[in-house]
Amino acid sequence: MILAYLILILLAGSLLALLTGRKGNLWPRVISVAAVSLDLVLLIIFSSRVSGTDGKWLMDLQLEWIPRFGISLHLALDGLSLVMVLLTLFLGIISVVISWKEINSRVGFFHFNLLLILAGIIGVFLSLDLFLFYFFWEMMLVPMYFMIGIWGHENRTAASYKFFLYTQASGLLMFIAILALVFVHESTSGTLTFDYVQLLGLEIPAAKELLIMSGFLAAFLVKLPVVPLHNWLPDAHSQAPTAGSVILAALLLKTGAYGLIRFVVPLFPSASAAFAPVGMGLGVIGILYGAKLAFAQTDLKRLVAYTSVSHMGFVILGVFAFNVIAYQGVVMQMIAHAISTGALFILAGQLYERIHTRDMDQMGGLWEKTPVMGAIGMIFSLASLGLPGLANFVAELLTLLGTFKASVLMASLACLGLVAATIYSLRIVQKVFFGKMNHEWEIADLNLREKIVSAVLVVLVVALGLFPRPVLNLAGPAIIKTLDSHPAQLTGLPDSGKSAGNGKTASFNQLSGMFKKH
Amino acid sequence: MTIADLYSMMPLIVIAMAPVVMMIVISVLRNYEVIYGFSVLAFIVAFASLFFTGSFLPRSIESLLIVDVYSLFFLGIIIASALLVTILSHDYIGTFGGVKEEYFLALFTSTLGASLLAVAGHFVIFFLGLELLSVSLYILVAFQRSKDTSVEAGIKYLLLASVSSAFLLFGMALIYTGTGTMQFAGVASLLKGSDAMAGFVSVGFSMMMVGIGFKLALVPFHMWTPDVYQGAPAPVSAYIATVSKGAVMAVLIRFFFDIRGYDSRFFFVVISALAILSMFIGNLLALKQQNIKRLLAYSSIANMGYLLVLLLTGTDKGIQAAVFYLISYFVTTIGAFGVITLLSTSREETEKIDDYRGLFWTRPWAALVLTLSMLSLAGIPFTAGFIAKFYLILEGMKAGLMLLIIVMIINSVIGLYYYLRVITSMFTPGDDAGLPAISLNGNMALVLITLGILILGIYPGWLINIITRLVSL
Repeated sequence: MILAYLILILLAGSLLALLTGRKGNLWPRVISVAAVSLDLVLLIIFSSRVSGTDGKWLMDLQLEWIPRFGISLHLALDGLSLVMVLLTLFLGIISVVISWKEINSRVGFFHFNLLLILAGIIGVFLSLDLFLFYFFWEMMLVPMYFMIGIWGHENRTAASYKFFLYTQASGLLMFIAILALVFVHESTSGTLTFDYVQLLGLEIPAAKELLIMSGFLAAFLVKLPVVPLHNWLPDAHSQAPTAGSVILAALLLKTGAYGLIRFVVPLFPSASAAFAPVGMGLGVIGILYGAKLAFAQTDLKRLVAYTSVSHMGFVILGVFAFNVIAYQGVVMQMIAHAISTGALFILAGQLYERIHTRDMDQMGGLWEKTPVMGAIGMIFSLASLGLPGLANFVAELLTLLGTFKASVLMASLACLGLVAATIYSLRIVQKVFFGKMNHEWEIADLNLREKIVSAVLVVLVVALGLFPRPVLNLAGPAIIKTLDSHPAQLTGLPDSGKSAGNGKTASFNQLSGMFKKH
Repeated sequence: MTIADLYSMMPLIVIAMAPVVMMIVISVLRNYEVIYGFSVLAFIVAFASLFFTGSFLPRSIESLLIVDVYSLFFLGIIIASALLVTILSHDYIGTFGGVKEEYFLALFTSTLGASLLAVAGHFVIFFLGLELLSVSLYILVAFQRSKDTSVEAGIKYLLLASVSSAFLLFGMALIYTGTGTMQFAGVASLLKGSDAMAGFVSVGFSMMMVGIGFKLALVPFHMWTPDVYQGAPAPVSAYIATVSKGAVMAVLIRFFFDIRGYDSRFFFVVISALAILSMFIGNLLALKQQNIKRLLAYSSIANMGYLLVLLLTGTDKGIQAAVFYLISYFVTTIGAFGVITLLSTSREETEKIDDYRGLFWTRPWAALVLTLSMLSLAGIPFTAGFIAKFYLILEGMKAGLMLLIIVMIINSVIGLYYYLRVITSMFTPGDDAGLPAISLNGNMALVLITLGILILGIYPGWLINIITRLVSL
């Protein structure tokens, strides 16, 4: 039941925040922090009691919902979803805290939306019923649309429409694919069910499998996003309020990555193997093109948004490399990107609060005025370019390592992305904090609240950079299970296939050992 | 006719008796509140009598009426919607200067017409019901005699409805010529086995579809819809969008399934074309509307297009999905028009989308209901519309109607844009333009509607169970 409570607490919190919004601005903020923290504490307590090293679900909950269609409230937690939910809750708290001073109008409604989004994201990470998954997938949209449309910057309306229409259109394609999958299952087994566990291992005719998979891919690749489908992202990210940008970049994009690992790869083993070269190609294009566009931006938030496109390229690259090391890299990338990009958006928000512009040409020489902010900006820019010792390095290294086994060419091309990342990341620091001061800003450095938020993020990004083992251990069994018996592992790709396929556990241990030495 | 027949017609009798009693009461004591209270009571009694009727079913009365669970379901939907419209009308019509008690009278006669359509098993009853519905609607649409737009809408509706009735009659006559019977079942049994779909029957059915298409506002018979929706009093627009269309849909489904129209290639193409045109034209024309009543008019055109898809499934499950879709569509549409009604007075309607600016902050409760209605029309989770669309797509795909489903998906995305426009306008800053306060009466109706939208959206299992257990043809 604890899994359902996680979502119910957030829903109850959101209603409470809405209702107390009339009484004052403090109430919704306190309630939101309390609700998310309660979730976090509950999750930590209960997940530490169960141990699941054998790849089974750590927790599993199935309740009847619409039995006529074989739809149930099926929530389950494994290592991968546990990592994602922990990340969600952690960044949820951060989002509330950074909005403390930024959001001063309709505070109750703001936190109502914020908690609803979090509930939706957690639902996505926990659902094991495809209908329920789609339900949560869509549920995130409306509050996010409100958040961008009400509290966003100057072009908020257009950005909110774009976000909604892109995600809804691709989501509907996934919905059709879900139904098609369910019908294929019904025609072979005779039972109508949306349950993930029952749909696993379904034999689908090859042509159909590719078609159904593309429906799922549409939704996930738009969310991730992959380059030709990324158009909504820079607008949505740059127009959203800080908390909105943080949630979009750090969490919403990850639902796409999670969907790939949880649904596309296990449900469509042969089709996903066939798609691998295209998928990896899209990843490389995303890495390079995103980096190029990031370099060309003058709007700080747009720049950070494009770095997300680049970083998410590594995710899709790793997913379609089909080996444990690459998948570990993907999981690390999700977390590292969430923290570093989240932190950069927070920084952009703090700057905007002080100088009311996001234009980097207006900035410059801010280090003198705000050394602490400058240092924080420096750390996260370095994280973003993949400096060893920080979490992003581990992520990118593992992804590239895994990819190298699958395709040397793709890995080499992706490495160029690291160079590009160096250029755009250093450009942030250069343009914002160094150089000549363009304006005589009289601005304050970070206050205590902001310092605490930044410090927590810095500690995390360093800690995970030096000791990534807890995350790898947590997500490891789930990843091995996902890749287990995947055809690309055994036959599909040259070289990588055998070593990773036969020695899955071995390579995992080897990997753990690699980081133990630190 | 036996006594059991009378019992099974109980709801119809109640609805038919009520206006008679009202006429007598009005001639003795003309009091708005009394008439209103009586109307609400009569509708509740009629609804309650549905449960009493259940044990006498199914029953065919003099080969004219077919009272079965299917018709009972539609009667229930019709009566419940009429009741909601009545409650929502109270404040709006109350602000109307001049004689206004007859409004409820016309509401009852039109509901009687709609109910007859739901139980029709014969062309005579079909036509009788449709005319009763239409004639009452002329009165209701033009009820605000002092307003030019209202009178214009009334005349437009009168003229076009008459023409469409003529088409319908001619079509019925042709089918009668071809088959020699006017009973649905009789027509069906004569068509069975023979390939008689050609000739008189095909032409006759096409003619009938013109008449039916007009009532359902299917493209290309939709021209009247936006003008009438805009000109009619808001609660009457709600009534036309729901009760009137639902009743015609009930008889169309029954007739179409009786003659197994989905098996005929010709009918299949005709219905598919109507569906696709209605979806595209309805949604595309809605995009640029500045008037929310016109926007909802175009949205209703598209929604009827979606529903036609289920007509082609040819299964009981398709009908069940249609019933669920109609229930959800009714609740949602009445919700949207309900908010418009309650924020309007009969002198001045709040009908521009810009009039709703800032509603989120000035009237959060009304804005919530309107937002939920829009989201439900767009088919977003947590609302009835989401489950309804899911049900529709599920049965449509199962029946192999992939083309129609894909068209529908494309249209859902187009539709989303204009539903979002309404919501965006509500949270764009604006000032309270002196909209009327919502009375307790109106708030009660809004609470019911909100609960309906949310319950059907979050926990629809019970209703789906009831529908699948009971509804079949």
